Amino acid sequence: MAKRATREAFGETLVELANEGVNVCAVDADLAGSTTTNKLQKAYPDRFVDVGIAEQDMIGVASGLALTGRIPFTASFAVFGVGRCYDQIRNTVCDSNLNVKVCPTHAGITVGEDGATHEMLEDIGMMRALPNMRVLVPADYRAAKAAIRIAATTPGPVYVRMGRHKVPEVYDESFVGGLPYAGVLREGSDATILACGVEVAQSLAAADILAKSGISAEVIDVFSVKPLAEDVILSSAEKTGRVVTVEEHMVSTGMGSAVASLLAEKHPTPMRFVGMRSFGTSAPGDVLLEHFGLDGAGIARQVEEFVRA
Amino acid sequence: MSITKTTHETRLIANSMRHDIITMVSKAKSGHPGGSLSCTDILATLFFTGVMNYDENDPSSPERDFLILSKGHAAPALYAAFHQLGWVRDDELGTLRQLGTRLQGHPDRNALPGVEVCSGSLGQGLSIAAGAALGFLADAPEGAHPRHVFCVCGDGELQEGSNWEALMFAPNHGLSNLTMFLDLNNLQIDGDVRKVNSLGDVDAKLAAFGWHVIHTDGHDIERLHAAVEDALGFSVAPTAIVCDTVKGKGVSFMENEAGWHGKAPNEEETALALADLDAERVQIEKEA
Ligand SMILES: Cc1ncc(C[n+]2csc(CCOP(=O)(O)OP(=O)(O)O)c2C)c(N)n1
Ligand SMILES: [Mg+2]
Repeated sequence: MAKRATREAFGETLVELANEGVNVCAVDADLAGSTTTNKLQKAYPDRFVDVGIAEQDMIGVASGLALTGRIPFTASFAVFGVGRCYDQIRNTVCDSNLNVKVCPTHAGITVGEDGATHEMLEDIGMMRALPNMRVLVPADYRAAKAAIRIAATTPGPVYVRMGRHKVPEVYDESFVGGLPYAGVLREGSDATILACGVEVAQSLAAADILAKSGISAEVIDVFSVKPLAEDVILSSAEKTGRVVTVEEHMVSTGMGSAVASLLAEKHPTPMRFVGMRSFGTSAPGDVLLEHFGLDGAGIARQVEEFVRA
Repeated sequence: MSITKTTHETRLIANSMRHDIITMVSKAKSGHPGGSLSCTDILATLFFTGVMNYDENDPSSPERDFLILSKGHAAPALYAAFHQLGWVRDDELGTLRQLGTRLQGHPDRNALPGVEVCSGSLGQGLSIAAGAALGFLADAPEGAHPRHVFCVCGDGELQEGSNWEALMFAPNHGLSNLTMFLDLNNLQIDGDVRKVNSLGDVDAKLAAFGWHVIHTDGHDIERLHAAVEDALGFSVAPTAIVCDTVKGKGVSFMENEAGWHGKAPNEEETALALADLDAERVQIEKEA
């Protein structure tokens, strides 16, 4: 099975959208090769601008471009493209409800060797807290293509979280996603695993491991963290009576806590949270997934403990 | 006590540091050789020509000057200097960027003594350095030299607006115990700094902000040493040492190539790089 990183879909899909006549453009901050916006730069030089290492300026410039009728996508690594310019995203993009798409790559622990400073683990929380912002976390390359398309065609602020880690294919080219969207990828009856991003493929692997020890896990891809596809999540929680959320993000503010809020209000269900509880560290991405219990085996272990408790 | 070597000896040390940088990044299969080689002579001058106060036997000695590597991606250069001091062990060089290592991808003060602050997110070091200099200035007994703070910044990094906040702050508080090195190699990831987002006449800008500006060759140990002596003797304003540098310096095929910013050499390239450095070493030895 081909493995690709979600970031690989970014520049490519922008070029497709531009070919189709959608008024997209990209604003990058000295990472156009890594984020892949250089593909748009190559195909449409006048739809690309590089502000240099200046993420605050990047969001401001994108905001101004949005005011001129364009659909700007901002890039950079998630830690800088969200963290350095949070105030601009909050007070300019979201409060003014501008048509800016905040689409950084290199989110999560799987950034790997660069270490803690570069591993963004709080972005889902920061972005889902903002009024007017929508949050998409694609699970693979095809889901990322769909997410970029949804961002381009949905008026107002959209956040798309992409990564550099190569993940196995979860979807084929027919995938379109939605806003909201959550997809049941595998049915089960003992526990529901809700995963997003790179953790979707890992959770499918966990379900295989669990099946061998007689545990039937339902696996759902939470493609849109905000808004949540409430009906899909609630009906699975009702069915299995146990919910485990899995993400390469802090458990304190991530997708899991969004799900916890939903379930607490509408259908209280016992939960477990698989995710990060500390800063990351340096090592290859797959080594870190294992180290932090975020690989298939680690997830399976935690689900099994929960089910047998 | 800090180590004080001659210019010639320091050049040989810088050559060894470059050797370590290539070895570390090559073994790790990731990391930033270009920017590390670019600031090697700056770090060698600070650590080995007697201008920075530190204790060779204790990276955390209480009276030490601070070195803040704002361009944290050049961590291998810092680790190479620490290796010369014995603060990093021989057997650790091969652990760069691997699980559990003290040699994190970007400098981590929780992992490695001698690292003053975590860096890697560009545009933060100069403010931290200014804050430390402000504290040291206030703590210095009447008539005594305050502890000094050195900060190394990249030229692309200077595009971050936060730097300009610090550049305003430091002269306004008379932080003469602060020295900033600007590693002016004219390259950032997406290419030529002058094309991506030009710094313009950076000497004039720094001077207009109230800094004492010295422009020098960032690979000439003797001139670097003289510039730092000048900075240490200047008691009115902070000093900016603007250093003309070559990204990838010392490895012919990496020099002035943006592509070598964040890429590790493969086995063959590593052998070529080390051969370049060995040839340079022979040349330096001849000049004794
Ligand atoms: C805030 C922030 N934005 C982006 C990056 C990604 N990044 C790492 S190094 C680099 C280029 C640095 O260029 P420069 O400062 O000129 O360093 P040098 O040429 O000395 O390597 C970038 C954009 C970062 N580390 N921090
Ligand atoms: Mg540079």
